[in-house]
Amino acid sequence: MAVNGLTQAPPSAWPEGLTRVPFWAFQREDVYAQEQKRIFQGPSWSFLCLETDVANPGDWRSTFVGDAPVVVTRNAAGEIHAFENRCAHRGALICLDDKGRAAKGFSCVYHAWTYNLEGDLTGVAFQKGIKGKGGMSPDFKVSEHGPRKLRVATICGLVYGTFSADAPSLPDYLGEEITTRIARVFRDRKPVVLGRFTQALPNNWKLYIENVKDSYHASILHLFFTTFELNRLSQKGAIIVDESGGHHVSYSAIDRAATGNADYSAQKIRSDSDYKLADPSLLHGFEEYPDGVTLQILTVFPAMVVQQIQNAIAIRQVIPRGPGQTDLNWIYLGFEEDTPEERMMRLKQANLVGPAGYISMEDGCVGGFVQRGSAGAPDERAVLEMGGKTAEGSESRVTEASIRGFWKAWRAQMGI
Amino acid sequence: MSASQDLWFAIAKAQADHARCLDDDRLEQWPDFFTDDCLYRVTSADNMREGYEASLIFLNSKGMVRDRVSALRTANIYERQAYRHILGQPSILSVEGESATSETSFMVARIMRDGKTDLFATGRYLDTWRREGDGVTLTARIVVCDSSRIDTLLALPL
Repeated sequence: MAVNGLTQAPPSAWPEGLTRVPFWAFQREDVYAQEQKRIFQGPSWSFLCLETDVANPGDWRSTFVGDAPVVVTRNAAGEIHAFENRCAHRGALICLDDKGRAAKGFSCVYHAWTYNLEGDLTGVAFQKGIKGKGGMSPDFKVSEHGPRKLRVATICGLVYGTFSADAPSLPDYLGEEITTRIARVFRDRKPVVLGRFTQALPNNWKLYIENVKDSYHASILHLFFTTFELNRLSQKGAIIVDESGGHHVSYSAIDRAATGNADYSAQKIRSDSDYKLADPSLLHGFEEYPDGVTLQILTVFPAMVVQQIQNAIAIRQVIPRGPGQTDLNWIYLGFEEDTPEERMMRLKQANLVGPAGYISMEDGCVGGFVQRGSAGAPDERAVLEMGGKTAEGSESRVTEASIRGFWKAWRAQMGI
Repeated sequence: MSASQDLWFAIAKAQADHARCLDDDRLEQWPDFFTDDCLYRVTSADNMREGYEASLIFLNSKGMVRDRVSALRTANIYERQAYRHILGQPSILSVEGESATSETSFMVARIMRDGKTDLFATGRYLDTWRREGDGVTLTARIVVCDSSRIDTLLALPL
């Protein structure tokens, strides 16, 4: 029996409240398909690219919204547009590369159907046939066909898009607090791409999002962080969860006045060691932010992360590739006004993050540990009770509140 | 043998020893292949082409190379795994005094604890060497992976 658009009723009902997540949510093809429709192509905004990726008229960049391929362009008038990377004819990709310049628009390689930079179908090869023979039906109208277009909006040089006419405006979608927290990272500076890498994660996309929102694990799984006082749950900081539950911010500031914390040592966590670096220069970040915040991890529902870890700034775009596979696109950023010394510090601190990062490599495998660990237990449930049962922000980061918030937003959009 | 053959031999030997060191899980000896002021980077062909400066791994001192090893041994969590390096022949690109540069292709298979074996990375080493006695030491190794896509994580050095 179909329930909520799923092809089969889930093996078990969703438990009451926000503190339990059945593992079938990470395993089922029909849940995945429904997420594409109701979340990624539903009333949410997805990160597409940077404004500088389409700096000039005619520039284009290919990207994804969920697993749907999308092209972002800048037209002759300088406006940014986005549309499906899918020919209206037979569905082939229109753009075959990551980026390019197409002053005259696009032509599908398969049958040369052509598109302008706004994504309108402008021509069909042999529409009138050859020598009066063949050709499209007389009632075929080019204006009635085309790839679906996205609404596009920008903030701080980041381009977002949505397939949905019902999504609120981007500022309303993000809300003031999240908008302010994104702006705090960019500070009106022009971002410069320093590198792009993709990490292929062997797990459902939601396991990565849960991981990013999980401030509880950070200082337990990631020894590198903890030992060097980059992030301890006993540091000053807070969790912000927006009203929808879907967006979150976790931030902390190094409290140099604080000494060793007895609560920490009492837990006998593996990460309380006396590990020392031979060359600690990568920890000597420069003061970039007047508020003293040295770590801010921000998620925009459904699947985008803005990261400030000391001076390592990055965008992470999460692309689902089936129930058990996810692509994590890392875009490392600097800013035009960086001094050579500041730029060097960003290159050094990039060691902390990414697929080989001292404090992020574990996040690449831990989602797979969950995917494999729960493979035989679709009806069993993850427990999310740290810090209570609600999805509200708190000063304590020993909490899973922002994960509960994610599930609140996910269930609202999925109708589950 | 000519001086250039000696140099070629020294580079090929150093590269073979380096690969064995990593594949044999003798990471503690890995820093010995580098000079104190060395550079070790892992990047990709696309990132090189775009002129992007950031790396998957960026170590610009022997201390940072040592730290990578101690982090892998004591801090980082990853499933037990091993590499098998297959190297191409080095091409010597330039020689200047006691310094030389070379390019060498590589393929690395990754063997996971459950036996799963994948072609994990292919690419080329852009190396800068300093002659020391009969041998050579790395002053810079830029590992240019052919792909920008890393499966799960990159823990061990390439």
